[in-house]
Amino acid sequence: MEQAIYAELPEEGRSEIEDLFNEMRKEFKGRPEELIPMLQRAQRRLGFLPEQAMLEIARITRLSAARVFGTATFYAQFRFQPVGKYIVRVCRGTACHVKGSDRLLETIVGYLHAVPGQMTPDGLFTIETVACFGSCALAPVMVINDSVYGSLNRSRALKLLGEIRNSFPLPKLASLP
Amino acid sequence: MMKVKLNIDGQAVSVREGSTVLQAIEKAGRYVPTLCHDPALKPFGACRLCIVEIKGMRGLPTSCTTPAQEGMVVSTETEEIRRMRRTIVELAIANHPYECLLCNKSQDCELLKVARYVGVDPESIGRLRRRTRKRPPDRSNPAFDFEPDKCILCGKCVRRCDEVVGVGAIDFCQRGYDTMISPFGNKPLAKSICQSCGECVEHCPTGALVPKRLLIPEREIETICPYCGVGCSIHLGIRAGRIVRVRGDEKSPVNRGELCVKGRYGLDFVHHKDRLTRPLIRREGVPKDVSVFDIEKVFREVSWNEALERVAQSIDKTLNHHGHDAIGLLSSAKCTNEENYVFQKFARAVLGTNNVDHCARLCHASTVAAALAAFGDGAMSNSISDIDQAEVLFVIGSNTTECHPIIGRKIRRAVKHNGAKLIVADPRRIELCDIAEVHLDHLPGTDAALLNGMMRQIVEENLQDKTFIAERCEEFEPFLESLKQYDLKTVEALTGVSGERIRQSAILFGKAKKAIVLYGMGITQHTTGTDNAKTVANLLMLTGNLGRRGTGFSPLRGQNNVQGACDMGALPVVYPGYQRVDDPQVREKFEKAWRTKLSERPGLTITEMIQAAYEGQLKALYVMGENPMLSEPDLDHAREALSRLELLIVQDIFFTETAQLADVILPAASFAEKDGTFTNTERRVQLVRKALETPGEANLDSEIIAKISKRLGYPMDYPSSAEIMDEIGRLTPIYGGINHDRLNRSGVQWPCWDRKHPGTPILHKGQFTRGRGKFHVVHDRPPAELPTFAYPLLLTTGRILEHWHTGSMSHRSHVLETLVPESHVEINPADASRLGIVEGDVVSLSSRRGAVQTKVRKTHRVRPGQAFMAFHWREAPANRLTNPAFDPQAKIPEFKVSSINAILTVLERSAEDNRFLTALAENPAGVLASYDLTPEHRKALVEGDIASIEKWVGPLEERLQVWLKARLKQEKISEKLASRV
Ligand code: SF4
Ligand code: SF4
Ligand code: SF4
Ligand code: FES
Ligand code: FES
Repeated sequence: MEQAIYAELPEEGRSEIEDLFNEMRKEFKGRPEELIPMLQRAQRRLGFLPEQAMLEIARITRLSAARVFGTATFYAQFRFQPVGKYIVRVCRGTACHVKGSDRLLETIVGYLHAVPGQMTPDGLFTIETVACFGSCALAPVMVINDSVYGSLNRSRALKLLGEIRNSFPLPKLASLP
Repeated sequence: MMKVKLNIDGQAVSVREGSTVLQAIEKAGRYVPTLCHDPALKPFGACRLCIVEIKGMRGLPTSCTTPAQEGMVVSTETEEIRRMRRTIVELAIANHPYECLLCNKSQDCELLKVARYVGVDPESIGRLRRRTRKRPPDRSNPAFDFEPDKCILCGKCVRRCDEVVGVGAIDFCQRGYDTMISPFGNKPLAKSICQSCGECVEHCPTGALVPKRLLIPEREIETICPYCGVGCSIHLGIRAGRIVRVRGDEKSPVNRGELCVKGRYGLDFVHHKDRLTRPLIRREGVPKDVSVFDIEKVFREVSWNEALERVAQSIDKTLNHHGHDAIGLLSSAKCTNEENYVFQKFARAVLGTNNVDHCARLCHASTVAAALAAFGDGAMSNSISDIDQAEVLFVIGSNTTECHPIIGRKIRRAVKHNGAKLIVADPRRIELCDIAEVHLDHLPGTDAALLNGMMRQIVEENLQDKTFIAERCEEFEPFLESLKQYDLKTVEALTGVSGERIRQSAILFGKAKKAIVLYGMGITQHTTGTDNAKTVANLLMLTGNLGRRGTGFSPLRGQNNVQGACDMGALPVVYPGYQRVDDPQVREKFEKAWRTKLSERPGLTITEMIQAAYEGQLKALYVMGENPMLSEPDLDHAREALSRLELLIVQDIFFTETAQLADVILPAASFAEKDGTFTNTERRVQLVRKALETPGEANLDSEIIAKISKRLGYPMDYPSSAEIMDEIGRLTPIYGGINHDRLNRSGVQWPCWDRKHPGTPILHKGQFTRGRGKFHVVHDRPPAELPTFAYPLLLTTGRILEHWHTGSMSHRSHVLETLVPESHVEINPADASRLGIVEGDVVSLSSRRGAVQTKVRKTHRVRPGQAFMAFHWREAPANRLTNPAFDPQAKIPEFKVSSINAILTVLERSAEDNRFLTALAENPAGVLASYDLTPEHRKALVEGDIASIEKWVGPLEERLQVWLKARLKQEKISEKLASRV
């Protein structure tokens, strides 16, 4: 197994976390059974589970930090690395494989300059792979956040990603020294 | 108690209702293999090795989790069970490295044991084996290693740490094939909250958690941990004259096999190369104020004969020239009861003085005084095990999890598993606050106000125990009257705690049927120490929480034998057993027994002896196993006082800070080298047994004293410490029934009046020792020193888990010293940022009396305006800062409150000859606003232009530049002003 690195939230995110927990303290009673919903809530807001969030949840639930961490790492749904605004999930299931999902993934990796599990440097995309979406009829399938795109070929995939990228202003190269 | 009957492999057994099938199997004398079962923990059912067949039940249930029921018919082994067990073990082995020959644990490995029992097949293991894994071991902890590849995921470590220790440092993480045991965030153990107690290591069935440098002992000796007053029973594993392993005694009623990091890994000081092995005498003409870098230059090694002759002659001379009371003696709370008895007898019978005291003066003298006055007995009223029975636990002024770790765990367990409610009153946010119902963070020195406030609320709510007060107590009316002035508003203002929380805790405490107050030095180390302890007594009497199981007055005694040293009369006003020296009848009894005249004049306390030495009335001091040069308040004063003595004799196992000032140093024996008894905090007298020979020429404390005594013409011949205890028993009613033979199992709690008496787990049953419990009127008085402009921070001192007292033992333990090698001061982030201090900076702390330098740890554990520092460090002795002002009744100094100033050390150095920096350093932010600055200066300051500033004030160190920039931002000198000027 690759040693996962568990990230801390960068300085900019601190107030975000504070807001989140102020809300969460109102929403939850702090019972141990609420652990998973709390983790989910935190991830929904922050995109991943930084160490501070897990420590804070431990404090609220009065569970040990190691227990919170252990539970979070047990479930595949939780992430410990920051993710991009757009999560691009490429299906690697049998049906999609037959329809060339490996080449599709290769293309996307090449275009975004990030491997599965990684976030693009501009913070826009994270690529993930999934075993099967259960939409095999549409193979090959890619899901961007909550939208499903089926019967994809490489050029359509690139067009989709390109549109998203273009809808964000380029980093201001001019302002760099 | 209901019993259920079962049939195990054709044999009938009956067990208690609520037992598991596994317990029934054990009771029937059968064996089923287990890997994840631990009788101290809740059933877990992970390894499935303990499967059995139960008639009428489907499948093969795990016996460790199945409750025993009436009429069950159980088969412990069938062909199917055998096959399944074999597969389980084969799987475990297939995932395990084949390193048994090299594994330190193989002798105790339970995986090997069950593998042999179930019989495994190498071929099927070969088939099951996946690629070998190589996960990196975690060797970060100084006491033990973790090798994940040897872990079989039984979860014992996780559950021990959670259920027993209450820390929860580790847990299962990841899933499936990747599952492993890990601290939070996959960090190394040393970076986690692990307290290195080794409870997990002790119970890990394989070599996954192993002590570093593990050696199998050749024999084991049962004795008592020499560190704290909990008094845990330990087995010292000895091999070739060295301690190679320590484990807790499972049968001890005190610790049930548990230990903290000091007891388990902190005893190697016994073998440290610094042990004193020969007597030393100060070389002729070497003054007391030289620093001792090279012992040889200041002291010379001498024979015992010469050393003893010198001691005897010097004592004789002092007695002849200055009289009996020119000598003082400090006895030791680290020594045995027998040694303390002999030492005070030596003081009284041989030297003719009552000037004998010990470090209880510096910790619980106020408790003894208060409890004697209120109840008639100066000790903890109940037992440690009462904690399990209480509904409410009130912990005030005690950081129990660090200072009395095993009791701290009991408190945690009572809260977590028995639903006890916890109230914590402590200026710091200590660990226990995490599980507390209420945390009262009152200002240091306002304990009496806080407790009076609570009591008034209890009375207002009519929650006082009227029958108890009427039938068992006296002087209630004036006390009740005195509470009038402690209404919530007043108390809120005095203590800084919201009235609501005070009320909440009052109601919680008042409504409880069984409640205990546990307290430590936060109550006693004040100029109002005795009063504080009396308010605790008042609270307990008011609510009737005395004399029953699950209730009680629980001062937690610090040193391993501080209770015993008090019991043995190492106090200036009492003989053994608290019999007063000014009572003629008592004196007569001791005069007869000791065949000599005794002084009727009460002696001096430590604090008074130091003062008398300073003023020149005390000429000689004999110190046995104490280190006042780190433990006294205002050390600079104490050093001067001890330097003025004509004769200082120090008897110790190490060359302590006090020994540096000595004229004669006598090498003594450590706890592992002697027989005797220690009395723990719950009055339990327990046997200490000799495991090792003394190193070099070091000798037993009692023998050294006997030899000096003989030279002074008073032979004391005790063939063994058991005979000393027999003499103690004859003269000390509360120890009347105690002798060594009786103590073999689990000790006896005093009072124990005669050989048939079973000992007394609970005092004051039905009646107080003094008859009626006495209420005392206590009013709030402020501490002797309060923060001022020059000394704005309020410093409290105390201890930390990993070190002990003045550190002469714990600093010489490899593990403890590696865990925490240096001192630090805790300050609140708000104060830190005001002072421009960041984590890890070196700061100078100063008070009206002295200064020390130490590193900063920023933490919310202390409130803004407060600071905390432990007193374990000779490089940074916190007691240079503390205030020697003492409690008028018990003479205990106010260690818990002194006012200090903190300043960045680089800044202090540079500010010495720099008016600009001095101005900034000595004033709060904003001073520059009032300065008449030239536009050019102003501009540089506003812009934080270090280069220009350096032109005026000279070069600045890098850290100072950073500090200055940050500070200038706070100064808020505005640009606008700059342009206007
Ligand atoms: S050493 Fe003690 S605190 Fe550390 S993980 Fe083991 S049981 Fe927990
Ligand atoms: S480390 Fe030891 S005690 Fe902990 S789960 Fe692994 S084998 Fe069991
Ligand atoms: S709790 Fe005290 S007596 Fe027990 S092992 Fe720790 S230091 Fe020793
Ligand atoms: S295989 Fe891709 S959606 Fe099922
Ligand atoms: S001992 Fe019963 S399941 Fe492990």
